[in-house]
Amino acid sequence: MKIRAQIGMVLNLDKCIGCHTCSVTCKNVWTTRDGVEYAWFNNVETKPGIGYPKDWENQKRWNGGWVRKKNGRIQPKQGAKWRILANIFANPSLPEIDDYYEPFDFDHDHLKSAPEMEAFPTARPYSKITGERIEKIEWGPNWEEILGGEFSRRSQDYNFEGVQKDIYGEFENTFMMYLPRLCEHCLNPACAASCPSGAIYKRAEDGVVLIDQEKCRGWRMCVSGCPYKKVYYNWDTGKSEKCTLCYPRLESGQPTVCSETCVGRIRYLGVVLYDADRIDAAASADEKDLYRAQLDMFLDPNDPEVQRQALADGVPQDWIDSARHSPVWKMAMDWKIAFPLHPEYRTLPMVWYVPPLSPIQNAAEGGLIGHDGEMPDVRSLRIPVRYLANMLTAGDEAPIVSALERMLAMRAYMRAKTVDGVIDEGIAERVGLTPALIEDMFHIMSIANYEDRFVIPTAHRELADEAIDVKTGCGFTDTNGCSTGLSQARLFGGAKKKRFTLPSEVE
Amino acid sequence: MNEFFFGTYPYIALAVLAVGSIARYERDPFTWKSSSSQLLRRRQLIVGSVLFHLGVLVIFFGHLFGLLIPLRIYEAIGITPEVKTVMAASAGGVAGIIAIVGALMLAHRRLVDPRVRATSSFWDTAILLLLIAQLALGLISVPVSLASIDEGEVVKFMAWAFGIFTLDPKAASYLEHVPLIFKLHIFLGLTIFLIFPFTRLVHMLSAPVRFLWRPGWQIVRTRRKKGARQTS
Repeated sequence: MKIRAQIGMVLNLDKCIGCHTCSVTCKNVWTTRDGVEYAWFNNVETKPGIGYPKDWENQKRWNGGWVRKKNGRIQPKQGAKWRILANIFANPSLPEIDDYYEPFDFDHDHLKSAPEMEAFPTARPYSKITGERIEKIEWGPNWEEILGGEFSRRSQDYNFEGVQKDIYGEFENTFMMYLPRLCEHCLNPACAASCPSGAIYKRAEDGVVLIDQEKCRGWRMCVSGCPYKKVYYNWDTGKSEKCTLCYPRLESGQPTVCSETCVGRIRYLGVVLYDADRIDAAASADEKDLYRAQLDMFLDPNDPEVQRQALADGVPQDWIDSARHSPVWKMAMDWKIAFPLHPEYRTLPMVWYVPPLSPIQNAAEGGLIGHDGEMPDVRSLRIPVRYLANMLTAGDEAPIVSALERMLAMRAYMRAKTVDGVIDEGIAERVGLTPALIEDMFHIMSIANYEDRFVIPTAHRELADEAIDVKTGCGFTDTNGCSTGLSQARLFGGAKKKRFTLPSEVE
Repeated sequence: MNEFFFGTYPYIALAVLAVGSIARYERDPFTWKSSSSQLLRRRQLIVGSVLFHLGVLVIFFGHLFGLLIPLRIYEAIGITPEVKTVMAASAGGVAGIIAIVGALMLAHRRLVDPRVRATSSFWDTAILLLLIAQLALGLISVPVSLASIDEGEVVKFMAWAFGIFTLDPKAASYLEHVPLIFKLHIFLGLTIFLIFPFTRLVHMLSAPVRFLWRPGWQIVRTRRKKGARQTS
């Protein structure tokens, strides 16, 4: 057993209103530079839809994630190492920028510089790559916002697998939900495994997956290797970039920008403890057991044996204490209402989702509604359970049904308590919870106070560096060490960068 | 003249190649990359890039082994200079045609496609055109060397290359009387060595063959120093 800590995230989709504040604040902080204008480390998709980049969930097309071979071992869907290297001159699974969208801006300057003319001047779009005029923008980020576009196109959504989808094209039966997506900071990242240079690594301390920009050579196998398509090739610098989970903020105990700015308070950050020796087994589990296997990766932070071993393996005490109060542990492992996004990719993602409740279907309301005691049957909710199961549990409907029932039970229990003034323990028992647990669920999920959503211990830099050695250092600089860097000469054609000490490899 | 181009210039080119590459790797590792433009335009790259790289790799190793393995070893395994010339000309000719077809496709894409053109640096385009010129010179030299197979040109080139690496002061003299086409080919080749560290060609030095025997799939890094004192 080798215990490591991971900062995990949970998104409560039941409360997501699709305002894109997370995407916009993330973009303003991280990807306003040349070469990544098209990249959204965080984006919000309207489901059903093919998403961003187009059709990203279709791994038959993009070859992302892992596959289990006949012998039970896993390898990247792109192929064995020699196969990945054989594709290095031209990667057949790499999306083109049009699969995301051609980045554009508008010619705002024309508005004030236009000569006197009959028609009011307009700001027309131009390409951020070529600078040329774009006559018609054909696709953009979030092109399918709130069910935009034809159903025939949106219904190519991979999550309709096994669903009689035609009726959901009808106005009366339509449904939608929002899916905010970011890098999953997987325990078994396919991007890192596919990187020929070994530039992508996972941090042992907090599980953040990062790309070493000085080691990246632009072989771009990570872009196709990631099944979530959350590694982006910067066409200006020739290096790949991805969500950093705002590690400079995390290290000082602050939530990520997307979490901090979420107006719906849907995001949760917390520490989970896992056994690194079990990663391989969990990722290689049988298709039907994948959700269960990934759940079993996590260790109970309240177990004294786990605490003892974690301390021995180098997890600081304050991290163990945080793990005990982790909202991620509570929602994903304790209450089992949060699920990994597409566990069938076998990457062991660390951003989990609470499935959304949805209105009762019209047809059901006309007296046909299936009732399960006091609560409506979750199978008569508008969003098909099968659809959610395809997205969150590799097709296993039972855990999704249980989670939706628990959320409905929480509502029923709290309504009985606050409106009728009755404590109805029966509701809690029926979904396998206790009144105390439901109160806790309500506190964390509905009230969602800042300090309950974000339980983030600070990094221990004192374990990494001798402070005395850096006392006359220059901190983070853009230049060569302590020089003022006034020389503008660039012999090798890139912006000057200071090398700072990077973490070293283990294992 | 001859002494400068084939006696002195090779050392200048090799020195700049070595020092420049090390300096770039050390000082500016962020710029060390393959500079792929596949994301911007897939068309013509898949076929062009594969043809170009395969051809160039064969040519590269052909030159390496052909020039730097001593003649004695070839003779020991029964390859006479004549046989070697025919082998080199045929393998090099085929690989050269493959490479130049690929390179022309890439050059066409780089010069004509608006996205690729707009994002190309001067050296991206220049090095591609230089490589095409070099491939063309090499291909033209194939019939010349086959025609003059009895003159033992191949021995001269081997002696020269070997002489350069063994600091033989007479190295340049071996090339005194070879046809001009070979001299041009060698001069341009040395020039490509000279500008190598300033172009995207450096990516060949980090060809990720290590990936094949990298243990396991995952890479984990830590900041914690071994034996660092645990605080609680």
